[in-house]
Amino acid sequence: MIALEFPPINEILRWKDLFPTFNKIALIAVAAALIGTLIFLLAGSKDAKVAPKGIRNFAESIVEFIENGIIMQTMGRQGLGWTPFLLSLFSFIYLCNVPGIIPFLQMPATARMALPLFLSLLVWVVFIVTGFKHQGLGYIKSSLFPPGVPKALYILVTPIEFISTFLVRPFSLTVRLFANMLAGHILLVTFSLLSEALFQAKGNPALIPVGVLPLFMLIFLTGFEVLVAFLQAYIFTILTAVYIGGAAHPEH
Amino acid sequence: MEAFIQVAAAVGLTGDEAKAASAASSAGFAYGLAAIGPGIGIGYLVGKSVEAMARQPEAAGMVRTTMFLGIAFTEALALIGFVVFILIGL
Repeated sequence: MIALEFPPINEILRWKDLFPTFNKIALIAVAAALIGTLIFLLAGSKDAKVAPKGIRNFAESIVEFIENGIIMQTMGRQGLGWTPFLLSLFSFIYLCNVPGIIPFLQMPATARMALPLFLSLLVWVVFIVTGFKHQGLGYIKSSLFPPGVPKALYILVTPIEFISTFLVRPFSLTVRLFANMLAGHILLVTFSLLSEALFQAKGNPALIPVGVLPLFMLIFLTGFEVLVAFLQAYIFTILTAVYIGGAAHPEH
Repeated sequence: MEAFIQVAAAVGLTGDEAKAASAASSAGFAYGLAAIGPGIGIGYLVGKSVEAMARQPEAAGMVRTTMFLGIAFTEALALIGFVVFILIGL
């Protein structure tokens, strides 16, 4: 009836190399890093004494969001020193996610495994180092032998804690970001292919107006992806804050 | 997956075709099954959070943060299912 050929996964995810070892995903990642840095450098060069306006206002509202919305909610006042790290993490992930809905780019850089994997390994190293820095070797004790558990249960609890803290955390951080962005990208591809196939349906002209339906769905999903791009950056950052907060100040 | 291969063989597909067909059906089942639990979980979680926010609007910020954390942990299961779906099916 209609010819709907879903392309293989490599075709929708792999882009042509601009030059060897540098493709458009890398270009998006580099651009995201540069744009983020540029915004905050520009904002920082403005006079801090006058009332903030324009780009400084924008940058300050992001910093305030990180401080009040993420750090104060999870780490409390002692965590405010982590603002630069979490801010750069948040803005980089957000700027990598957003190209998924920008016309002609249409590819979130985080929909490839490498970028989320690297970021979550970075977070993994950071929270373990923080734990050892704040608690010394007591970090191993407080993370593997949680207080308030009957002694005999440690046979069961310690391996579970080890797996969930040191193995599952980086894995789930990676998969959460990667799979969310990949799922969004595949959804957009599916609906655009569907409406394209229906608009070009040969032999059955009655199908052509039906193609409007997936088109509306595509527009709706694009709006939804705007939300997902923000939400995933937020969730990644807030989980980082929770992990670092937990490593710096153990529960008693 | 064996059952799918048998069904595909009975329909008259051979070799690689049967394998591809059964992989596609298995992938569908894998994702469908993986979505059940997290679906129920996230629904329950958000429902309870909305209840808490309605009862105590001044605690809404804290509840919302915790809600997103809970969603992130629950959702991970569905997303692992999705990754498996990609790995089997394509």
